[in-house]
Amino acid sequence: MMSLLIALLLGSGLFFSFAGTVGLLRLPDVYCRLHATTKCDTLGAGLVLLAVMISGRPLSQIVKLLLILIFIWVANPTAAHILARAAYSAGTPQVANTSLLKEDTPCSL
Amino acid sequence: MNDLILKEVARFLFPFIELYGFYIVFHGHLSPGGGFAGGVVCGAGFILYTLAHGHKALYSLLPRHIWTFCESAGLAFFIFLGLVGIFVGREFLANSSAGFPLGRTGELFSSGLVFLLNLAIGLKVASTVTTLFLNLEEED
Repeated sequence: MMSLLIALLLGSGLFFSFAGTVGLLRLPDVYCRLHATTKCDTLGAGLVLLAVMISGRPLSQIVKLLLILIFIWVANPTAAHILARAAYSAGTPQVANTSLLKEDTPCSL
Repeated sequence: MNDLILKEVARFLFPFIELYGFYIVFHGHLSPGGGFAGGVVCGAGFILYTLAHGHKALYSLLPRHIWTFCESAGLAFFIFLGLVGIFVGREFLANSSAGFPLGRTGELFSSGLVFLLNLAIGLKVASTVTTLFLNLEEED
């Protein structure tokens, strides 16, 4: 039962990593690629770490893995945010038919 | 770049990054890592802090002359530790034969000279990485 759960978590983590890689290779511009690769880190690495955590390890290792998980969940969205903001303020071209909201349009960065 | 999210996250993560760097340096003789890897982690923490808050905030934390002093002091400490072996009549970087206590294998304060060498390399690498970044940033 436990090994089934571990296999399920590992499989879904692999799926998200795969989807992130395909998105990085196939999507048209910087913002879409960022959107894909962020899922890859947050969910792919998160689910794999979760699977390692419940696979019967001593408590000290579980606490270390939990700290790594929290670090990834804090640092990865921040990195994606700052990359997207830098790309936007540098005027990186967007894919055609991109619709911006009215209040996003002035570039006051 | 003046960004609120980056500033707050950097302020929150900075002490933990430094703590992790010190952990790698202090466990250099027990686990993967060592002086160089831990020093790079510490330096990266300082670089993150500088990127988020500007170099004035970093200089209020530690002024510029302390960074350059640490850069030289790490190297001088390393050479001094090596010369201790020659001073007591053994070869350069002599460990237990120069009288450094080895301790019990697997404990934190063991392995005599290697522990101190990791400290010296960590100090040198952390200050060098940060000073390199500051030099590159001031060229703009």
